[in-house]
Amino acid sequence: MRRSAFFSGTLIFIILGVWESACRGFNVPDFILPMPSRIISVAVFQAPMLLPHAAITAMEVLIGILLSLMVAVPLAMIMFARPALENAIAPFLVASQAVPVFAIAPLLVIWLGYGIASKVLMAAVIIFFPITVSLLEGFKSCDSEFRILFKLMGAGFWKTMRLLYWPWALPHFFAGLKVGVSVATIGAVIGEWVGAQQGLGYLMIQANARLKVDLVFAAILWLSVMGLSLWVLVGYLERKIIRWKN
Amino acid sequence: MLSVSNLSKRFGDLPIFENFNLELPAGGFTVLIGPSGCGKSTLFDVLTGAATRDGGKVSWCGEAVEYLKDTSAYMQQKDLLLPWFSLMDNALLPAKIGGEDIPEAGKKAQSLFRQLGLEGFESYLPGQISGGMRQRCALVRTLMFERQLVLLDEPLSALDAITRRSLQALLLMLQVEFEKSILMITHDIEEALRLADEVLVLSGRPMRVLDQFSLQGPKLRRLDDPQLIRIKEYVLNLLQEELVK
Repeated sequence: MRRSAFFSGTLIFIILGVWESACRGFNVPDFILPMPSRIISVAVFQAPMLLPHAAITAMEVLIGILLSLMVAVPLAMIMFARPALENAIAPFLVASQAVPVFAIAPLLVIWLGYGIASKVLMAAVIIFFPITVSLLEGFKSCDSEFRILFKLMGAGFWKTMRLLYWPWALPHFFAGLKVGVSVATIGAVIGEWVGAQQGLGYLMIQANARLKVDLVFAAILWLSVMGLSLWVLVGYLERKIIRWKN
Repeated sequence: MLSVSNLSKRFGDLPIFENFNLELPAGGFTVLIGPSGCGKSTLFDVLTGAATRDGGKVSWCGEAVEYLKDTSAYMQQKDLLLPWFSLMDNALLPAKIGGEDIPEAGKKAQSLFRQLGLEGFESYLPGQISGGMRQRCALVRTLMFERQLVLLDEPLSALDAITRRSLQALLLMLQVEFEKSILMITHDIEEALRLADEVLVLSGRPMRVLDQFSLQGPKLRRLDDPQLIRIKEYVLNLLQEELVK
C-alpha cells in the first residue's frame, strides 16, 4: 500500500514537473495551458467561490448514486429471479448505455428543468448500469454446491437471496459501484453544461467563455478530488463490510 | 428403514446407474466404495432430489417417497461453510432457514460445539480456522437438521491423516450417541473397514453393487485384524479390476 502510494506520488510529481517546466520553458500563455502551480493556487485561493459549486455537483452525484442503487439492486434481483425477464430487459439496458449521454441531456433538462433533478438523473443513468450488471453477474457466479445446500435445507428464493446470493455477490457489487462512482461526475457535469445555474459544470462553461482556463482546470481538479474521494469511500466500505475477504 | 429399488439415472445416452438396489437398516452405518466417477455422488443427488431420477423407487420407513430431502441431512465433500458467517451462525443456518426458535437452536448448537471440540470458536469466521475444525463445524450443521438419516459424501477426503482419524471417531459418535442411520461415500477402504457395519463395493459406470460385506466387532476397528486385511486386499483387487475395465 505504502509502496503503491509512493509510486503514485512519484508519477504525479514527474507529470506535474514536466508540465510546469514545459509551460515555463515555452512561455505558454495561461489561457492556452496554465501551469500546475497556477491551477493549484486558483483551486486553493478561489475555494470559497469554487466550493459552493462543488457542493452542488457533489449533491447531484450522491443523490444520483442513491437513485441508481434504488433501481439497480432490485432490478438485478428481479432479473436473477426471472431469467426470462433478464432476456427481455437486457436490450433496453444496453440501449440505455449505447445512446450518448450528450444526446439525452438536453431532453432531460427540457423535461425536468434547470434544477438538480435533470443532473441527478443523468448521473443515475450512467451509474446504474455497471452496478446492475456486476450485481447480476455476482448472483450468477454463486457456486452450485451452495445452491444445492440451500435447496436441500428448504430455503425459498428470498431467504437464499438474503443469506447466500447477496453476500456472495457483494464483491461484484462493490466492483460495479467503484466503476459507477468513478464515472458519476460525468453525468452530473454534462447535465450542468447543457443547462444549469450552479455546479462545477456550469462554472467550467462560464470560465471557458471568459478564457479563464486556469479556473476550468481548478474545477476539473475539484471534480477529480470528488471522484477519488468517492472511490476511496467505497473501497473503505468494501473492506468494512466484506470482512471475510480480508 | 431406507430402501432403494431399481433406481436408474442417465445423463443423455450415458447410463449412470440402472436398477440399483440398496437397503439401510435403522441405526446402521453403510459405506459405499467405488472408483472415481462411477456415480456415487449422483446417487446422493438423486436421493436428495438435487437431481431427477429416471426410474425406480425410494422408500423411507416403509413408505414410498419422491426423495429424501425432508428426511435426511446431507454433508458434502466440501464443508460448504458460508465465509461471511461465524461458525455459530453457520451451525444455525438450518434453524434460520427452517424458521425455528433461534435461542433454543443456539443452546443445542452450543452443546454440539462442546461435544465436537469447537467450544470457544463460535464467533470465528471459517477462514480463521483449520480444515478439520471447518469439517467439524459442517458436522454440527448437519446434526442441527434433526434428521434420522445422514448422507455423507466423502466428508473427510480433503483432510490430513491425523485429522481424519480424529473425525472418524466423531462420525462414529453420530451413529452411536446421536442414533443416526448413516450412508457414507468414501474412496478410502481403510476408513470403510474402521467405521462401517456394511460395505458395498461398487462398479464403474453404469454403477452396480459388485460385492457386499457385513462387518462385525467394536469400532473403530483395528486394521491389523487378519479378516479385515483379507477383505481390504479383496476389495482393492476388485476396484483395480474395475479400473482396468
